[in-house]
Amino acid sequence: MSIIRYEQTQGKSLGFYALIAGLGAFVLAALASVYFMEHNGHHVTGMSNHIVWGLPHVFALFLIVAASGALNIASIASVFNKKIYKPLSRLSGLVALALLAGGLMVLVLDLGRPDRLIVAMTEYNFESIFAWNIILYNGFFLIVGVYLWMMFERRMNKYSRKVGIAAFTWRLILTTGTGSIFGFLVARQAYDAVIMAPMFVVMSFAFGLAFFVLVLMASYKWTARPLGDAIVNRLSNLLGVFVAAVMYFVAVYHLGNLYLAENSGVENFILMDGGIYTQLFWYGQIIMGSLLPLALLYSPATKGNRSMLGLASVLIILGGIAQLYVIIIGGQAYPMELFPGKEILEGYGTIAAYTPTLPELMLGLGGMAVALIAITYLVKFLPFLPESLADNVADPHHKS
Amino acid sequence: MKELNRREFIKSTTVATAGVATIASGISLTTFAAEPKETNPVTNEKRWGMLIDTNKLTETDIDDMVNACQEEQGWGEETHSNADQKPSWIKKVKVKDTATQRISNLALMCQHCEEPPCVDVCPTNASMKREDGIVLVDRHLCIGCRYCMMACPYDARSFVHEELTNQKEHMPRGKGTVESCTMCVHKVDKGEQPACVEALNGDAVIFGDLLDPTSNIHQTLKRVQSTQIRADLNLNTGVRYSGI
Ligand code: SF4
Ligand code: SF4
Repeated sequence: MSIIRYEQTQGKSLGFYALIAGLGAFVLAALASVYFMEHNGHHVTGMSNHIVWGLPHVFALFLIVAASGALNIASIASVFNKKIYKPLSRLSGLVALALLAGGLMVLVLDLGRPDRLIVAMTEYNFESIFAWNIILYNGFFLIVGVYLWMMFERRMNKYSRKVGIAAFTWRLILTTGTGSIFGFLVARQAYDAVIMAPMFVVMSFAFGLAFFVLVLMASYKWTARPLGDAIVNRLSNLLGVFVAAVMYFVAVYHLGNLYLAENSGVENFILMDGGIYTQLFWYGQIIMGSLLPLALLYSPATKGNRSMLGLASVLIILGGIAQLYVIIIGGQAYPMELFPGKEILEGYGTIAAYTPTLPELMLGLGGMAVALIAITYLVKFLPFLPESLADNVADPHHKS
Repeated sequence: MKELNRREFIKSTTVATAGVATIASGISLTTFAAEPKETNPVTNEKRWGMLIDTNKLTETDIDDMVNACQEEQGWGEETHSNADQKPSWIKKVKVKDTATQRISNLALMCQHCEEPPCVDVCPTNASMKREDGIVLVDRHLCIGCRYCMMACPYDARSFVHEELTNQKEHMPRGKGTVESCTMCVHKVDKGEQPACVEALNGDAVIFGDLLDPTSNIHQTLKRVQSTQIRADLNLNTGVRYSGI
């Protein structure tokens, strides 16, 4: 394996500016949506007193979960000392930070009082998992920032493994924290399961890697840099393993819930007769987001084909959004068990309605756009990308 | 038993503190004496609670309670919010026992849990429990994250979905924050009863200090069978029900 040389992207082409302009339009639309929602109040959204976390939360949590997963490549390289992933570490750190920034932006702008963000930073209730998460997110920025510095600064390279281990540990705790937001809601039939935490960790592996693969392939294609099959095929295999692991956790989660009689109602709702939630679960999450990508990644006809890998990654992302929609919105739509053994005739207990509105969607997409703009710009200003990832450069076992 | 010990502990520490204050300064003594009764510090020597007897409570009674609450606290006039978005601090709920087919009507509001999940999850301490057991939202700290609404097992909290005008002086409600039944803390602190209780004629709802052995609510709870909604969650609610 030869020395890896990192180089900024040119960022002067028409394509670059078109990309920035396109993403910028999404960000502007998101800001306009926020202004509209804040000015009027949340009544212009589809949210209500029953569905309190709507589509923006779906996007925000997706991005936050994907962020910690995107750091995986760097972790595999420095924690598990896998040489082939080393050249990708910088980009992995960058994608992680960018996704987290996008996710947090959505989360913060969806607050009822975003102007009081300062309160959230000065008033901590240390019993609140939410407050822990604020600390975990800030810590993630810091630790991944330091990690990147260790990688960029030659004199610091020797510390990058140590910091890498710290970052890896931190990201595991972070996603556990995100999953625990739901895992500890005792009152809600759909949540309150310890398995939510590890399930979120595995989800993060899949979503983050899918995002990473797309960014990697696009940036190498658009800057006409060589990207060898050795790396791409490895990533493709890894992605398949992660997707299968998510399916396994989803299966255990639902089977576990079915085993507890008290949860059979909500399970029926999600798996059988929940209308849009059932459809999103089977068609969105399972078929489109898991089985189809697995087929694309492993079937001999499509294996090794980059367009198909790209398509699989897009499907995994869409399936992931569907999955979070089912978890977050479906979990709220199903009523809480207020009076076990009794039927509620009036006053509570119906399936809550929720129809997402355009401003909510635009805010969510705006978070994605912010992440992508950050990546596009930073690879222009700092040498994140190796100038070549051709097999003879990247693959430690390459024989020419 | 635990309750008693803690109360005794508080009592003895209060005496000790008062003693220190006396020795330290005569000025503080006079300020103590000059303080009007209402501003006495809230302590956990009291635990405010309510007992709702669903056998005595008619549907009209519940409507009266809801109306009195709206009137007192000024919610429910929102014009832009749809039915699911409008606040509801207190709801009329009708349940049927699946085995016996018996129907009960009850009023459901914030249960003022002793171990309130809404307080545990609130990132900014805006959700808080007063020493006397009343659970409130500090509207200046609430950032509108709505996590407390996710955590409350009783669907007790509402989010203000629109700009409001003409708020009551004692109830500064505001767009983008969360609110719920306050047990009419502004009245209770003046020695009055919550508005919903006042709205009723009989004793279908009894309000009082759960810890005071001489109070009506304490004695009634000793005598009659009562339940907490979702008692399995061990939140030790301040609102109790009988007849369901
Ligand atoms: S009923 Fe809900 S809002 Fe009221 S104290 Fe309990 S958890 Fe909090
Ligand atoms: S909405 Fe307000 S009261 Fe509720 S958890 Fe968030 S900050 Fe606390």
